[in-house]
Amino acid sequence: MKPAKINVVVDGAKRSVADMPVPMRDAVKRAIEANRTRPGALLPILHAVQDALGYVPPESLALIARELNLTRAEVHGVVTFYHHFRSAPPGRVVVQICRAEACQALGARALEAHAKKMLGIDFHETTGDGAITLEPVYCLGNCGCGPSLLIGDDELHARVTPAVFDELVKTARVAT
Amino acid sequence: MSAVKIFVPRDATALALGAEATARAIVDEAKKRGVEIELVRNGSRGMFWLEPLVEVATSNGRIAYGPVKAGDVAALFDADFLHGGTHALRIGAVEDQPWFKSQNRLCFARVGITDPLSVDDYVAHGGYAGLRNALPMAGADIVKAVTDSGLRGRGGAAFPTGIKWRTVLDAPNGASAVLGVQAEQKYIVCNADEGDSGTFSDRMLMEGDPLCLVEGMAIAGVAVGATQGYIYLRSEYPHAYRALNAAIANAYAAGWLGKNIRGSEVSFDLEVRLGAGAYICGEETSLLDSLEGKRGQVRFKPPLPAIKGLFGKPTVINNVISFASVPIILEKGAEFYRDYGVGRSRGTLPIQLAGNLKRTGLVEKAFGVTLRELLYDYGGGSLSGRPIRAVQVGGPLGAYMPESQFDTVLDYEAFAAVGAMLGHGGIVAFDDTVDMLEQARYAMEFCAAESCGKCTPCRIGSTRGVELIDRIRANIERDKNLATLDDLCNTMRFGSLCALGGLTPDPVVSALKHFAEDFV
Repeated sequence: MKPAKINVVVDGAKRSVADMPVPMRDAVKRAIEANRTRPGALLPILHAVQDALGYVPPESLALIARELNLTRAEVHGVVTFYHHFRSAPPGRVVVQICRAEACQALGARALEAHAKKMLGIDFHETTGDGAITLEPVYCLGNCGCGPSLLIGDDELHARVTPAVFDELVKTARVAT
Repeated sequence: MSAVKIFVPRDATALALGAEATARAIVDEAKKRGVEIELVRNGSRGMFWLEPLVEVATSNGRIAYGPVKAGDVAALFDADFLHGGTHALRIGAVEDQPWFKSQNRLCFARVGITDPLSVDDYVAHGGYAGLRNALPMAGADIVKAVTDSGLRGRGGAAFPTGIKWRTVLDAPNGASAVLGVQAEQKYIVCNADEGDSGTFSDRMLMEGDPLCLVEGMAIAGVAVGATQGYIYLRSEYPHAYRALNAAIANAYAAGWLGKNIRGSEVSFDLEVRLGAGAYICGEETSLLDSLEGKRGQVRFKPPLPAIKGLFGKPTVINNVISFASVPIILEKGAEFYRDYGVGRSRGTLPIQLAGNLKRTGLVEKAFGVTLRELLYDYGGGSLSGRPIRAVQVGGPLGAYMPESQFDTVLDYEAFAAVGAMLGHGGIVAFDDTVDMLEQARYAMEFCAAESCGKCTPCRIGSTRGVELIDRIRANIERDKNLATLDDLCNTMRFGSLCALGGLTPDPVVSALKHFAEDFV
């Protein structure tokens, strides 16, 4: 029997440091320099890169790997293991809807369905106008007042009904 | 006239309910009226149905008003709330509320009362009394106090904290930092990856009294001779991240962290590290790998983290509430703490009421209270007004409990005896509109999304579990698929490397057992 053909294409695996625009490369270098001496530096570096650029560019992995004396596969493995790190730029606003049980008990399933329908996208996708990226999140620690959602880095909302959701999205679109 | 002190919480739930706008409105209104106020951003008292809860320091003590929306502020000024004036939103003193009064707030004694970031305020309310006592003590005596208190790991596994500390204290090549002997590096790691749905006590404590955690970790450092601590905080908690960093900076400035704490021989450094949205990193060995900058994959045990933990060194790793329970034990003694509780569950548990309940929030009680008291006396029954049908305790890996089990007392062993798990003390109530087959399916789906992928039963079993439940729903070979699901749960329970795969069957099997009618 012939072995199954394995053909894994990893986005950006072939992209190299030279492909990075200068401002991006500088941001990545700054993130590395600020954290490289810390024990277990990789996660702090990836956080710093994503904070600066909104995502971890696949073409930055080779540089990070070289500076930490890791293989590019190791860095890729870490980036893709964690839900928080993204490999492509998000929309202007990231909206995270809590899917966990405490929010389910107060209507999170209906909110999730409404959000996808209203925005016309599924989780991990961005609206056509580049305004909103929708992400699932498993608990925001606001379990007493669900359904919860998080807009951007720290704008937490409680008791979000579909009507409140529409209002929040409208505001977010205007704000960007 | 001196400035009136007004408290508006900066707790994430209070903020989600509009506390920031309320605080701004109070400042603006005071300015407009030429009244001098001092705004304190405290933690939450844990009564979420009253958030944003505004408190005013009057000559008759603190008077609370809630829930105060920004639009209510002008009317409150009109009602002279600065002197405790009458208004429809006036609650009175929080301490007089039956919901609050009947609690045993040991760990949460200061949460909602003090300015979370102020070391002076912390000390004025009994803070650092525990570490002050611990500084001159021998490590073994501190460990003994923690052991004698009966404190068990509050993260969920309920392993005796003192035994864990003892193992690290006795770890090979270890020597006490107090003696200044060149010892092998040991670490104190706080598991602040509170990912279980229905739990938020860690978050509330880190936002409302972060110095209590800082003190608890420093005491652990003194006890086992560790000079470096890390708090591994989940990235979903941005407010806690800011509060911890500010509190740590203030503790350094006041000499409670760093070299030669308060002039003693003891040194302890502390740093917050952010996770990156992986539920599995709440499992202690995954957390350690993540802290080391790797994929957060579960390690084989042994060796225990107490022997080979962070960077291969002896490591105390405990939950936020475990560490935060230590200062009071060192302040008031092991017996004081042990006198609370029942059976082998000693002390208090900060219980989190969540989901479909009228009065959600934080209730710290001695072990021994029943689930029913919490759901109805404290929780006030369901928010929707419909009957409470199922309750999940202990997070997404906890069993679903039916009404017939509501008289179970909060006690690790009592919960285990009915096939449930107390865990981190999160209680999520569902009314009778819940579809238990969907909840069972979600448990498998969640496990599939969050599995670290190291062991097969968890990685593959969870996906197969979703498929089986879908087939049962579609009525395809129902009996055969139910039998296979049972068999799969058995494999996951006994064949998985850690609690994620090992306990995912609990919500599934309990749903099948107690709510079989939903699987027809």
